[in-house]
Amino acid sequence: MARNILVIGELDGGALSSTTAELVGGASRLADGGQVSVTLTGAGASGQTDAAFAAGADRAFVNDDATYDEFRSDQWVGAAEQAIDQSAPDVILIAQSIVGRDLGPRLAFRRDTAVAMDCVSIEDSGGAFRATRPCYGGNAQATYAFATSPAIATVRAKSQEPLDPPREGASGEVVELSGAGESRAEIVGREAAVAEGLQLQDAPVVVSGGRGLGAPEGFGLVEELAEAIGTDKAAVGSSRAACDLGWYPPSQQVGLTGKVVTPDLYIAIAISGASQHMAGCSGSKTIIAINKDPEANIFKAARYGIVGDYKEVLPPLIEAVKNLD
Amino acid sequence: MHFVVCAKQIPDPETPPSAFRIDEANNEVIPAPGISPVLSQFDGMAAEAALRIIEAAGEGKITVISLGQESAQAAIKQVLAMGADEGILLEDDALQGGDSYTTARTLAAAIEKLGDVDAVFCGRQAADWDMGQVGLGLAELLGWPSAIIAKDVQIENGTMHVQRVLADGFETVALPLPAVVTISNEIGDPRYPKLQQIMRAARKTVNRWSAEDLGLDPSTVGDAGARLKLERLFIPELGGDVEIMEGESAEEQAQNLATTLREAKVL
Ligand SMILES: Cc1cc2nc3c(=O)[nH]c(=O)nc-3n(C[C@H](O)[C@H](O)[C@H](O)COP(=O)(O)OP(=O)(O)OC[C@H]3O[C@@H](n4cnc5c(N)ncnc54)[C@H](O)[C@@H]3O)c2cc1C
Ligand SMILES: Nc1ncnc2c1ncn2[C@@H]1O[C@H](COP(=O)(O)O)[C@@H](O)[C@H]1O
Repeated sequence: MARNILVIGELDGGALSSTTAELVGGASRLADGGQVSVTLTGAGASGQTDAAFAAGADRAFVNDDATYDEFRSDQWVGAAEQAIDQSAPDVILIAQSIVGRDLGPRLAFRRDTAVAMDCVSIEDSGGAFRATRPCYGGNAQATYAFATSPAIATVRAKSQEPLDPPREGASGEVVELSGAGESRAEIVGREAAVAEGLQLQDAPVVVSGGRGLGAPEGFGLVEELAEAIGTDKAAVGSSRAACDLGWYPPSQQVGLTGKVVTPDLYIAIAISGASQHMAGCSGSKTIIAINKDPEANIFKAARYGIVGDYKEVLPPLIEAVKNLD
Repeated sequence: MHFVVCAKQIPDPETPPSAFRIDEANNEVIPAPGISPVLSQFDGMAAEAALRIIEAAGEGKITVISLGQESAQAAIKQVLAMGADEGILLEDDALQGGDSYTTARTLAAAIEKLGDVDAVFCGRQAADWDMGQVGLGLAELLGWPSAIIAKDVQIENGTMHVQRVLADGFETVALPLPAVVTISNEIGDPRYPKLQQIMRAARKTVNRWSAEDLGLDPSTVGDAGARLKLERLFIPELGGDVEIMEGESAEEQAQNLATTLREAKVL
């Protein structure tokens, strides 16, 4: 059945974010002949309409205003409401991002409907929308049907496929949104805290350390392994237990309340594999576990494993990786 | 200043995955034997954030509200033992079940009934369903500004300063009161009540309000009012099918792993 879908787009460094392209791709499949609209707000937005049409959108609601480069819910809700009024969507898709975590619920309550957060799949079956999302720290998944319309879902990165190939050269309708309006919240400070070099979410290999390292020094070996694999390929992550102990920066935390990563290879060192940790890495193509406890949960999710003390295993592993030609 | 802390009782999220079971016929989690329900982690942190502000100001009152069953008294008592002043349990048949929408609606009605609330502190997400929307729903229903996923909260001259955790750093947001804030673990561990405080908490008042006390039509709350209908709850396959590296020594195991990864074209 043809459905109208609205995607709340986000820009990343002035360009259409990769997650927005995924959501628009997912929306164009879900629309089944209906209209796919996308909002593009922030500095550079008007230059991204072609990218949005190539990604699968039919219409772009644009406000090229740097006010949106920072998130203030009053303004983002305002822009979304204008787009809703003009596109009458059956479904609204928003990334499970810093923006989406706030905007999704705000918008749902404002429009007197419901939102399902952090969805990994959305389907249109038997005349109703259903969304599936992890819950109970990743131990379980729940499928919900929506009793109200529009159905709103915030969607996990990498859970929808972008159009492949994109519709290069496709055109669409551009609609200008009106002014950003007032915000009750005022942003008064900002502090960057992010590791240099390759970012966790972009790295094809993530090497993570946990509480079983026993001391912050343990991360030295974890970093050496990442370097042996290649600084252009591997980034270092951490469990929350290790972050909470102050052994590694919180920006590198992988998991339910940290970052969700989907690398080709995830190496978990001295990490037990609690559901909340796996929630952030179970989408990895291959997981390797190094743990001294053969019963550790991480081995249930891993493809390859070494049962042993990381202090003994990592030095020869680092050498062996360096010697791979 | 009068703060509300919203506190939910949940099955212990640190239950080992091997003990986690689901009753698929009823779409319910089966409580793990011998593991008691707990106060949702982030709600203890929300209480901690509220207490720190009141202590710094030297005055103020905290009311802790929980929507749940009789057993949720324990979650309320825990926040009272930490230092909150009064508790309210929202409990009756009409209020059971429900979703984020009905929860926010019910809590908002309680906050409106209190009347003089300056700020509401919630957890960033309840560690059972991991939704993360009740705080924002409250803000929307009450018409208040909000900030989520805070690592620090200060209040000065009627303005709340919230340090928010972003993907790549932190941001400080100023909000006029009254406001809603949701707290993340970056705020630090909540205080651990002393025995004396636990005993004192046992004597603090816990009021009990029903849907009727809140003036809520039973068809709009609990199961009846839910907008997200849970159709299926299941345990996803992890499916690692693990291959453990053999070897007499750590060196051999390590070498085997490197060779295996190369052969599988993983590295
Ligand atoms: C609501 C909520 C949200 C959460 N969010 C997150 C999150 O986002 N990310 C996250 O990671 N966690 C999160 N957690 C915490 C999670 O439940 C676990 O407590 C945490 O992941 C455990 O970290 P760990 O595996 O490093 O430590 P532990 O569970 O203590 O495991 C240490 C492991 O190291 C092994 N080990 C010990 N010594 C050695 C050695 N010498 N060599 C090899 N192995 C060794 C042990 O066998 C053990 O398996 C959350 C929890 C809750 C309740
Ligand atoms: N039943 C409840 N009783 C009291 N507070 C709740 C309840 N459900 C949710 N909350 C509050 O809302 C926060 C977010 O919950 P949720 O949106 O369900 O993830 C929690 O951390 C609590 O502070």
